[in-house]
Formats: sequence, C-alpha cells, structure tokens
Amino acid sequence: MMTNPTGRLTQGQFSFLPDLTDAEIALQIEYGLKQEYAWAVEYTDDPHPRNTYWEMFGMPMFDLNDAAGVMLELKSCRDTFPQHYIRMLAFDSTRGVETIAMSFIVNRPAVEPGFSLVRQETNGRTIRYTIRGHEADRAEGERYRK
Amino acid sequence: MYNIPGSGSSPQPAPVAEGASVEAVRKARTVAEVMVQSQAGDVLDELDRELVGLAPVKARIRDIAALLVIDRLRMNQGLQAQTPSLHMSFTGNPGTGKTTVALRMAQILHRLGYIRKGHLVAVTRDDLVGQYVGHTAPKTREVLKKAMGGVLFIDEAYYLYRPDNERDYGQEAIEILLQVMENNRDDLVVILAGYGDRMETFFQSNPGMRSRIAHHLEFPDFTEGELLRIAGMMLEQQNYRFGPGAREVFQEYLAHRVRQPQFANARSVRNALDRARLRQASRLFANPDQELTVDDLSTIESPDIRASRVFELGAAAAPKN
Repeated sequence: MMTNPTGRLTQGQFSFLPDLTDAEIALQIEYGLKQEYAWAVEYTDDPHPRNTYWEMFGMPMFDLNDAAGVMLELKSCRDTFPQHYIRMLAFDSTRGVETIAMSFIVNRPAVEPGFSLVRQETNGRTIRYTIRGHEADRAEGERYRK
Repeated sequence: MYNIPGSGSSPQPAPVAEGASVEAVRKARTVAEVMVQSQAGDVLDELDRELVGLAPVKARIRDIAALLVIDRLRMNQGLQAQTPSLHMSFTGNPGTGKTTVALRMAQILHRLGYIRKGHLVAVTRDDLVGQYVGHTAPKTREVLKKAMGGVLFIDEAYYLYRPDNERDYGQEAIEILLQVMENNRDDLVVILAGYGDRMETFFQSNPGMRSRIAHHLEFPDFTEGELLRIAGMMLEQQNYRFGPGAREVFQEYLAHRVRQPQFANARSVRNALDRARLRQASRLFANPDQELTVDDLSTIESPDIRASRVFELGAAAAPKN
C-alpha cells in the first residue's frame, strides 16, 4: 500500500517507526510508571482493526515501581507466544479518566501478510466493503506459522 | 531510516544530584568531588547519628560507599566498573535493628546510585509460598516484580525451607529467588534476616543461597549504654524528655530487665517507654483541675519508671546471683 510502504501492522503508538529495542521499551515503561499508569501485556493472532480487546497476559500491574518488573512479564509473554502480536498497554486509573493512555506493539510475527479488501454486492448492485486479514483463513492458534 | 534520540545507549543514566550538571559528574577526579556530587557523605553522617551502636554494619556500609566512590572515579577515567553483588544476610536477636537497617540500606543504596528506585518490600514466608500446587510461582514472581528497582527484605528466611513436610512449596520459592538473584543482580537487592543459628542451618541446606549472598552482617545485642541512648532518642522523637533522676532510674531498670527472659533489645525499650508514658498520663489524669504546661506534659518523671514490675522481679531474683 502506498500509505504503508513496509506493510507492517500500524496499530498503536510508534507503529510507523522501526521496532523498539528493549531499552527503548523500558524507557517508555519508566515514563508510564512516573505518570502512575498500570502496565498490562496483551497478545493476539487476530490483528483486525476492529478487534479491540486482545487476550490478556496476566493482570494489569498496578503498584509496580520499576520497569524491570514489567519487562520480566513481557519476556515471559514473548517466550510463550513468539509468533503473536504482543502489545503493552498503560492504563490511567485517575478518577474520571480510567482509560488506556498508551498502547504500542512490541512483538510481531516474522511475516505479516496484511489485509485485503473484500467487496460484498448487496441489492441493486450496491457494494459494501470490509477488510479481511490473510491469516484469518486459518484457525486460531495456527496463524502466522513460520 | 528513523533516528530515535537516545536509542542504542545504556538504558539508565547515572543518578545526578540536584544542582550538579552532567559535565561535572563526568569530570570528578577526587573522592571529595564524588562525595559532594552523590551526597554519599550526608547519608553516612545520618547513619552515624541516627543508628546507635551496630559497628560492623556501619563499617560495611562505609566500605560499600567507598567502593561506589572509587567506581565512579574509575568510570570517569574510562576503566571498567562492574556492579558488585549486594545481596546481604542480617543475623541477630530480635530488636537489634535488622528491619530498620534494611530500610536505611534501601535509601543508602539508592542515594549511592546502586539501585534505581530505593523502595523496600518487606515479606515473610507467607508472601512467597503458596498453599497449593502452582500457587507459589506466581506469588513469588508478583513479589519480585514489585521489588524490582529496590530492596526485597525477607524476614525469618529460614522458614522458606521446611524439609520435614514434603507438601511444602518453600523450595520452589527458593529456586525462583536464586534465579532472580543471579540474573537480575542490577535490578534487585535481596536482604535475608533472622536468628544466627537458624540462618546457619538454612544456608547449609541451601549452598546456592549462601554463595549468592555477598555480605553476611551480624547484629550484636545492644549494651546498656547504647540502650539508654536509644531510649533518649526515642523520647526526643516523641517530644518527651527524662525528668530529674529519671534517666538513672531507667538505667537501673535496664540493668534488671536485660537479665530477665524475653528481652528484645530496642523493642523492649520502646515498650518500656510506652508503659512509662501510660503511667505519666495516669499521674496527670489524677488532677483534673491542674493547668498543664508543656513541661508537665513532656516530662517522664522517675516514679513513672519506678512503678514497673521489673524492679520487684529483679529484686526477687537478686539473692539467687
């Protein structure tokens, strides 16, 4: 696609940049901890843009003080699901906000086939459009195999 | 393609004292300069003032501070400076200040720049070991995650290992601890505490644990003079003071009390002072119409201490000596 030359999934923060190194992820986590966000790790193999809620890997980590603890959790998730999309979310729990403040992808499968446009013809030759991931034809758990 | 400023270098910049620029930290060449920049001198002075006795502990902390200073100078000169292993074991009787010093250690190591956040997480066996299969690992990992960047203080560490009960999951907790103590040396400092002989048995059955602990510190019992000084400091902190003759009476009290069973050093002193405060309150309570001045309210008089049962027990015990 012309707007996405590398063809990588562009959901969340920093998605147009090259992959963040562990050191950079730790810096982001430190920023979030300073703002008193709670970090959580989520994974999925269904990266459709309308799939908002990915699988949680453990609970959101409230009352942590240091990035090293969160990185331990992230490392554990990477070891368990090396070929899934993994993202880190920062939850802002101040009263009245209570939403995700930061969210960025930290792990991607080796090959990302991307999406294609699906056209559905309804009555009177009206076309409805949607997108469908190429890996969606496979069953859950069998996607993004190397 | 994209250049992210600050990427590729080491993740944590060295902590810099307020008012000192990064340039000044890099160019220090003498011990005095580094001491000023890292505020290590203030920390050591505070330690000397606020902790009574504990000579071996203070000596070891001074050594660690000196190592930090020399490490900083070495780094300024471009030499290698590897973080030493800082895991410690505190052994001693109850009330000798192990938890207090562990809290101080977290602050000191943070100000010296060895740990990033300087908070203390104090746990006992129940916080680490689960009740059923599969419970221990997540519990221990949660505690370790919370303690990252600071100090993990494990009180009564020998209870982790119970060889007589085969359904006990303490061994699993120990193994996770050993792994983290070795691999995350830069992120976490572990301090174990307990009585001397039981810790010795614990280390004998877990040689891996002993080899990871670099500093074994003994907390000696306080002398009577030190206990008196501690009593004075405790009273001062609570805005009290000894009245005329009260200090000598308290000294006599201590002389009797240390000989009686279940003496817990500084904790017993604190309990005794609390009881003296109770008696002072009762004494003042008896005159409802007397206008009480600041002096009246903050003085512990000798009858407040003399009323203790310890004197009778001590006198009863005396003929046996």
